[in-house]
Amino acid sequence: MSAPGGERRRQRNRTFWFWTFVGPFVAGLALFTYVPLAWSVYLSFFDAHNTVSPTDFVGFGNYTAMLGDPAFRSSLLTFTVFTAFIVPATYALSLGLALAVNRLRFAQAFFRSVFFLPAACSYVVAAMVWKMSVFNGVRFGLANTVLGWFGAEPVAWLAATDPPWYWLVIITVRLWLQAGFYMLLFLAGLQRIPVRLYEAAALDGARPGWQTFRHITFPALRTTSVAVVLLLVVGAFQAFDEFYNLLSGARGYPPYARPPLVHLYYTALGQGQDLGLGSAGAVILALIILVVTVVQARWSGLGRREEY
Amino acid sequence: MPINRRTLMAGAAGLALTGGLATACGTNTGRGGGGSGRPRLSQWYHQYGEAGTRQAVGRYAAAYKDADVRVEWRPGNYEQQSSAALLTDSGPDVLEVSGPTLDQIHSGQIVDLTDVIADVKGDFGQAVLAPKTYDGRVWGVPQLVDTQVLYYRKSLLQAAGVRPPRTLDELVDAAGRLTTAKVKGLFLGNDGGAGVLGGTPLHAAGLSLVTDEGAVGFDDPAAARTLGTLHRLYADKSLLLGAPTDWADPSAFVQGLTAMQWSGLWALPQIKRAHGEDFGVLPFPPDGPAGRPAVPVGAWSAAVSARSGHRDAARAFVKWLWVERTDLQEDFALSYGFHIPARTSLAARADRLRNGPAAEIVRFTTDHGFPAQPLLWTPPSQTTYQDALNRIIKGGADPATELKSAVRKAEAELRRMRKGS
Repeated sequence: MSAPGGERRRQRNRTFWFWTFVGPFVAGLALFTYVPLAWSVYLSFFDAHNTVSPTDFVGFGNYTAMLGDPAFRSSLLTFTVFTAFIVPATYALSLGLALAVNRLRFAQAFFRSVFFLPAACSYVVAAMVWKMSVFNGVRFGLANTVLGWFGAEPVAWLAATDPPWYWLVIITVRLWLQAGFYMLLFLAGLQRIPVRLYEAAALDGARPGWQTFRHITFPALRTTSVAVVLLLVVGAFQAFDEFYNLLSGARGYPPYARPPLVHLYYTALGQGQDLGLGSAGAVILALIILVVTVVQARWSGLGRREEY
Repeated sequence: MPINRRTLMAGAAGLALTGGLATACGTNTGRGGGGSGRPRLSQWYHQYGEAGTRQAVGRYAAAYKDADVRVEWRPGNYEQQSSAALLTDSGPDVLEVSGPTLDQIHSGQIVDLTDVIADVKGDFGQAVLAPKTYDGRVWGVPQLVDTQVLYYRKSLLQAAGVRPPRTLDELVDAAGRLTTAKVKGLFLGNDGGAGVLGGTPLHAAGLSLVTDEGAVGFDDPAAARTLGTLHRLYADKSLLLGAPTDWADPSAFVQGLTAMQWSGLWALPQIKRAHGEDFGVLPFPPDGPAGRPAVPVGAWSAAVSARSGHRDAARAFVKWLWVERTDLQEDFALSYGFHIPARTSLAARADRLRNGPAAEIVRFTTDHGFPAQPLLWTPPSQTTYQDALNRIIKGGADPATELKSAVRKAEAELRRMRKGS
């Protein structure tokens, strides 16, 4: 048997095993992600009321209708503001937690787990706990009980619009759920910073604390920071679970704090069943996320190699 | 992490995909006729809260001899599930719908049931059958009638020196005077009422969502005035908000969190157990010179999916259960929860509806009932109107401006419906 033949067979074998292992996942990805995605784009150009095989081509009609809908535009605006707040807040909180946990000399594993645990909790369950017990609007809710000790009147946290207390509920549940996970990313980043950097800085007379953080730790966390911010932005625009479970009732969702996905949910699914319009909205939302991500990646140099 | 929302979107897209592929793949639901020669039918119900209903519908299905009927009990967002299921071949043959919606009729998703119901058509109330009828054809057989009323605690009203409110202004006034540090005056749901009230205040002002002629029914200054009055309830802080359960559940009323609550007829047995004789019922009070008491009437109805492989068998089953077997219909409406049988002849002879508050409620529905969900009132119109109502009640937004956008949306939808027919 000649050497090149064996080579070819090995090559064939490798191809065979490659597809054996990768094939099912590629098929799954194609069938459950790419085909529906493409189908959705296709639907967005049709009048697809109550059907997924429409015949009535409407061109960009659904897109102009969606963009002309004040409710959709206001949900986009709400979510830009929400993103502008929740991203820095989660970033600061998880970085703070990571720095604190990283400095611990004992019980580090314990605190790491304690802060990370909420990330393992379902958004739906957390939203229910927040809605039913912590921020329950009647006098025996946890927050209202605490207010009662100081003689304050009970607040209907999720129903009051002036002031908009519901943001407090939404933001605290999201911080509680997410901070631990991003703390873990930051911890990993912190542990990758070479000790020699700190030693060199100390030799050069840098004071521990703010100065070291500002000039050593923070710049060295750049890669992690970029990834975290990116994930947070995408996550904020895709917000659905806790919003839906906190604010929706049997008869729909209030006209405030309504994420784009919730708006689309009521348009396309449910009794609305305007699948063309809903798909157009989904495509618009996907494009916005895409543009934001690309701009952000360009601006922050995502994937650029870091040198210490 | 964002798994849930991904699952949702993937699920929605996957569902859409199934619909497309299903035509190519044929059915794999195992419904394709058993060996016995009896067709196998799948029947869907939404989850009824009352104990025993699920077992009862199972018994009805088992008692049917001409087909092998399998009941599916669907908890969760039933409207979403059933709407999506109608897109596919693997959905139910017979299903319960709160509509059907006009879009479902237009796009041929459900089957014409006119001849199924023909013999007994006169036995259904107008408010019940009208929303199931389009162009003279009937698309759903009403199973039972539900309605909503205002429950009030007699003792609390007496203690506050308030008489049961006969007008909307009296209701606002009563709610304010009944509000104390521990008890709120009125509960209209955790959203302040926009969701559950819907067109009810419009009817109380002598208007409607959609007129019988198919035009928008609330393009009128009286609508703005009545809806604006509802904001006073919120501004006075007399509304219970953020309760652990919503308007459909009588818990807030039973636990004494509120002196009055807008809730369904189904809540009556629970309220009676808790408060005995210490409660009364009222229709939504009238407002303005053209005002009249308003009682929304809704009916779950049985529909047949156009994608069913056994349409005739499914229609025969619907006819057997919801037209012929009046004994089972009576059992369904009255033995577990508390509903009004859809057939007026059955409602008239039901003992449980003969006296006390139950009898009053039945009288309200006959005298003041209006269809809560008119056929021409589409989900997009509903969403826009409900958003407007929410902003009026809770945000104190100008009712006239808010209603103008709701009117525009509703007009556009009515035009779309005329085009679709």
